[in-house]
Amino acid sequence: MESEQLYHRGYCRNSYNSIASASSDEELLDGAGVIMDFHTTEDDNLLDGDASSPGSNYAMSNGGGAASSSTHLLDFLEEPIPGVGTYDDFHTIDWVREKCKDRERHRKINSKKKESAWEFTKSLYDAWSGWLVVTLTGLASGALAGLIDIAADWMNDLKEGVCLSAMWFNHEQCCWTSNETTFAERDKCPQWKSWAELILGQAEGPGSYIMNYFMYIYWALSFAFLAVCLVKVFAPYACGSGIPEIKTILSGFIIRGYLGKWTLMIKTITLVLAVASGLSLGKEGPLVHVACCCGNIFSYLFPKYSKNEAKKREVLSAASAAGVSVAFGAPIGGVLFSLEEVSYYFPLKTLWRSFFAALVAAFVLRSINPFGNSRLVLFYVEYHTPWYLFELIPFILLGVFGGLWGAFFIRANIAWCRRRKSTRFGKYPVLEVILVAAITAVVAFPNPYTRQNTSELIKELFTDCGPLESSQLCQYRSQMNGSKAFTDNPNRPAGPGVYSAMWQLCLALIFKIIMTIFTFGLKVPSGLFIPSMAIGAIAGRIVGIAMEQLAYYHHDWFLFKEWCEVGADCITPGLYAMVGAAACLGGVTRMTVSLVVIVFELTGGLEYIVPLMAAVMTSKWVGDAFGREGIYEAHIRLNGYPFLDAKEEFTHTTLAREVMRPRRSDPPLAVLTQDDLTVEELQGIINETSYNGFPVIVSKESQRLVGFALRRDITIAIENARRKQEGIMLNSRVYFTQHAPTLPADSPRPLKLRSILDMSPFTVTDHTPMEIVVDIFRKLGLRQCLVTHNGILLGIITKKNILEHLEELKQHTEPLAASWYYHKKRYPSSHGSNGKPGSRVHHVQLIRSFQDGRVGGGGDSEEEEEVHLLDGSNL
Amino acid sequence: EKMLSGRSWSCIVAALVTLFLLDAAVFAQAKSFEDVRCKCICPPYRNITGHIYNRNVSQKDCNCLHVVEPMPVPGHDVEAYCLLCECKYEERSSNTIKVTIIIYLSVVGALLLYMLFLLLVDPLIRKHDPYTQPLHNEEDSEEMRPQVDSSQARGNTVLERVEGAQQRWKKQVQEQRKTVFDRHKMLS
Repeated sequence: MESEQLYHRGYCRNSYNSIASASSDEELLDGAGVIMDFHTTEDDNLLDGDASSPGSNYAMSNGGGAASSSTHLLDFLEEPIPGVGTYDDFHTIDWVREKCKDRERHRKINSKKKESAWEFTKSLYDAWSGWLVVTLTGLASGALAGLIDIAADWMNDLKEGVCLSAMWFNHEQCCWTSNETTFAERDKCPQWKSWAELILGQAEGPGSYIMNYFMYIYWALSFAFLAVCLVKVFAPYACGSGIPEIKTILSGFIIRGYLGKWTLMIKTITLVLAVASGLSLGKEGPLVHVACCCGNIFSYLFPKYSKNEAKKREVLSAASAAGVSVAFGAPIGGVLFSLEEVSYYFPLKTLWRSFFAALVAAFVLRSINPFGNSRLVLFYVEYHTPWYLFELIPFILLGVFGGLWGAFFIRANIAWCRRRKSTRFGKYPVLEVILVAAITAVVAFPNPYTRQNTSELIKELFTDCGPLESSQLCQYRSQMNGSKAFTDNPNRPAGPGVYSAMWQLCLALIFKIIMTIFTFGLKVPSGLFIPSMAIGAIAGRIVGIAMEQLAYYHHDWFLFKEWCEVGADCITPGLYAMVGAAACLGGVTRMTVSLVVIVFELTGGLEYIVPLMAAVMTSKWVGDAFGREGIYEAHIRLNGYPFLDAKEEFTHTTLAREVMRPRRSDPPLAVLTQDDLTVEELQGIINETSYNGFPVIVSKESQRLVGFALRRDITIAIENARRKQEGIMLNSRVYFTQHAPTLPADSPRPLKLRSILDMSPFTVTDHTPMEIVVDIFRKLGLRQCLVTHNGILLGIITKKNILEHLEELKQHTEPLAASWYYHKKRYPSSHGSNGKPGSRVHHVQLIRSFQDGRVGGGGDSEEEEEVHLLDGSNL
Repeated sequence: EKMLSGRSWSCIVAALVTLFLLDAAVFAQAKSFEDVRCKCICPPYRNITGHIYNRNVSQKDCNCLHVVEPMPVPGHDVEAYCLLCECKYEERSSNTIKVTIIIYLSVVGALLLYMLFLLLVDPLIRKHDPYTQPLHNEEDSEEMRPQVDSSQARGNTVLERVEGAQQRWKKQVQEQRKTVFDRHKMLS
């Protein structure tokens, strides 16, 4: 922290010097303006400790009502232009600018507060809107999670049969009040009819088995087909788990429509279908996406959040906490998940709001009671048996397994996804889903452990064998002898049931491992938590039973002698399953704290924290040994999202000069001069290049930096001036200075664009180490940074340049690493990273992506785009 | 206009959610006869096989003595037998389940119909619609401008406005489809 502060201060001095030197000679007026801004914004910076030192010379004087003191004496031209300060699709937001905008807005409301009762109410509403929006988000995500749980359970059981007395009940609910259930077959009741019973009229025999098999495949295929069709027709963004994209969005990227209402609706609907189709996927990851959609939609009710992208991301952080809260019934785990895994910017205020959202969501889900067990998840378990120190060895072994599985899964899945992305095979998403669903259904049906719902499987594996259990996993031999068995000798020899269960579990493990690799990344909503947990739980249960039998047959070993002679249960196979599940999930996602807390909330036993921690930590170490990134980071890299990971360290010794654009061989930087361009020339520059922003300099001769103007703002402002101001012609002069330049008498009226000029762009000198530059980008969420030398503009560094640089260095040091770079080369139109200002390496590509952009989102009319952005209901 | 539609959407979502919550709350209050049970699982004991008892009693009566009927063991063994049994009082809301399933199925049905409409009927109705021609080159998009503008401006009747919104939405989805399925820029 200390060093960061130092860096910031040093950096701050740099840029201040550059501005000061600029103001030293001919540009006194502008220099004064900057200094005035510096004074007016200082008090705010004191309040907001977050960006204080580097932000102290930062002031926005462009649109959106940002009326800093220098622009107070304004004419009508300086009214904020609608649309200025918004972002295009697939662009990165400027966190600093957004934060400034929010402070400005806040100050305005505060100053008006005392004017009237109405204004006072408005300020109250504004102050409360943060809590209101998270409350609404929590309510909505809880309700939607309830809907998904109930509907998915029902649809899943529809594959095997139907409840004749009440169509809307699933198997368990159908037999809920039945008195005909028996101890051995507790899921059979006359109301529930399997398809064979209904169609053939017989419940037993090979004919009915084949009939059931057929119906199972039929339903699985039709659910999968329906799901992928709905996704393809209505909301392509609804596919996948959504967490990599949400991570990217929270780090400041705009993917318009990704959190929209259609995505929400289709994701909710198809998630149920995908889970019910029996594919090896879970609903937990997509629930985070669903909750984030709710957060985004509700934030449109509150101007504080709808008009500010940085504030909106605070709501989204809280929403993702609510999503995990309802997915696992773990409110605290949800908050920690948001903090550890998805969020980029997480102030304390957001922590409290996340906590509250998670609480509300969990409360709503609990009152809906979707599973009828007064719990939020199906596989809630309660253990009371203790564990012994020597068991740490198998727990750590499970951790090793989890780490190995995680590393293997990430590699295999990424390789497969890359294949899908790069070859023709990716052209048939519907066929792919159908194929995978068909294989899954055909292979899964014969094995009872893969036939059932994965959540139920996990529940069965977690549950310990007591006298009350009748599952195959609990058929120990001594159980036949009557009551004595339970009291005297808890560790019993395994019966034939357990051995056959072992077999089936081994097959199920292999099946799950293979299918999950091919399932994650299909074009249906698919989460990874449940399959990973299932794999871990199967492995854990197998290890647990093996340990148990070892303890039974070799109770004279000194390990077991020491601890197992007491009458109590010495080995709890269910606990092993739980530890294994946590380890595998940890290996895949590389979460630690949040994962342990989630599992701890699932079991409600503080006692098992140490085994869980040991296993999760081991799995992270083992996984990290094979590749440092978790599955979500790997997918972010695969897709080339502009995500600057805060967890990675930058250890190289490059300088800003080596990273900045233009490079030596490139054409010079595209710049604007402050007062000798005409509208036509300006438009020419804009049309010839594809950069998203242009540095403004004093003149071609002096090259001193004045500020930075964004492409989007310039186009909007020109368009706006054309419509609203008279006398603006193609040869009108454009000026960014406070006062119009002296012009010949017959020239047309000049156009003042000072209001869209960012007069305090971030600057570093060319000798700044990249370590510091990367830190600035990460901590402040910058979009671009200008490089100067003696106050003279040299070049520019954008987020994309930094990402490219990191990738290059990575390629250099570890040539075997994933070929993101090649990938980018082959697929040049990767958005977001494209068209960043001043990047000139891939010139051709940029032009192409620029055209893509024109044809696409912003293709039709600027006004429509404006309307769209200002108040559109998608991100 | 977009703002309005955004707001109305969130209002619809909010209304649905409150409906759902209200529904859950109301039916949780009015527990119907079928919605409570006391389930006792009794493991095998001596020569008696395990048994599951299921009865509709209040929470305070939910114990082995009240629920296990007829008692399979003679009087002096009742205590030992009942110690082994585990009784659980459970509640559910069958109405919530029913309403949820009905809502879900109707939404899926509506979406299916709309999908069929979009795929089969819609192309027949509008063969030469300016909107459905994708904006392939820049000239096209330049030409498009006035049309989009005027369509927005003349959206005076409700129907036209809905039409315009639908067209805009279609274009967005088409764009998303291109991003995800054709170019594989995202989500692969």
